[in-house]
Amino acid sequence: MAGERAAGLVRELHRAAGGHLPPFRVEELRQALEEMRALYEQNQADVSEAKAGRTDLIFLIRFRHCCLLRNQRCILAYLYDRLLRIRALRWEYGSVLPNTIQFHMSAEEVRCLRDYGEFEIDDGTTVLLKKNSQHITGPACKAPCTHCKLSAWLRTAVQLCLISYQDAADKQS
Amino acid sequence: MQGTKLEIPLWLAKGLHDSKRRIISVELPKIYKEAWRTVFSADATVVDLHKLGPYYYGFGSQLLNFDNPENPEIAQTLLQTFISRFRHIMDSSQNAYNEDTSVLVARLDELERALFQAGQKGLNDFQCWEKGQASQITASSLVQNYGKRKFPEMDG
Repeated sequence: MAGERAAGLVRELHRAAGGHLPPFRVEELRQALEEMRALYEQNQADVSEAKAGRTDLIFLIRFRHCCLLRNQRCILAYLYDRLLRIRALRWEYGSVLPNTIQFHMSAEEVRCLRDYGEFEIDDGTTVLLKKNSQHITGPACKAPCTHCKLSAWLRTAVQLCLISYQDAADKQS
Repeated sequence: MQGTKLEIPLWLAKGLHDSKRRIISVELPKIYKEAWRTVFSADATVVDLHKLGPYYYGFGSQLLNFDNPENPEIAQTLLQTFISRFRHIMDSSQNAYNEDTSVLVARLDELERALFQAGQKGLNDFQCWEKGQASQITASSLVQNYGKRKFPEMDG
């Protein structure tokens, strides 16, 4: 079923009780975003066909749209919940989180915490704004390592998905 | 494909549902149908809502999205069930101090369990205050309990 990877991320987080932060699942997130990209492209192609007369495709387009929205909800919930957990840990542990916890955080998350500390809440607000905003915001990641590049890619991919999905959803309603 | 009967997830049913276009029609799960609704109205306090589907209220509310003619009755049953059970949940959560509450929560749905926990937290905070412990600085409970339930979560 579509959206299973994204839902799996949420489930794992849901099972982790007591504010525990599980490892950041880069690979699963990348796969979920890849699934979204594929669904989106298929829909782009089919929408042109449907406009050209193939109304039998409308159901399929609608189905893919549902899957995309579900992926979007799950991914956002995953990222947002992790954000809340990290913020709670920051409050309880102070400015230096134990290595065991940092080990579970993505490079993005560590950077936010270190560089932005008290502005992490602003960062959290920025994440929320992205949900409804029509602009690409946020600083580009300048760190050279592969992991950072992947995180930057992830962030851009999520932003692009959010923007085009909000667009399509607005047009639909 | 017309007339096919399928089981699909709620999010998909909601997405495909359209009052104007009639793409799909939704059949109510049995606990929301008339037979069970009568059972609930007879005595809601004895029903095992955890077994019947642990998200009875949440899922029931979502079902109201599908323009079913029975919606007013479903909504009414959800509300009355909650009202009749709530008093007992509030009382027991406020009186069970430092004891095993597993029997008390066994037949509650997830919403009710969250309410029960809120009641327990209130009770524990109050007891702490009464003992004069509220103004003492103690180690963070998040820090103390962190990773204690780690093993079941390490799915890798």
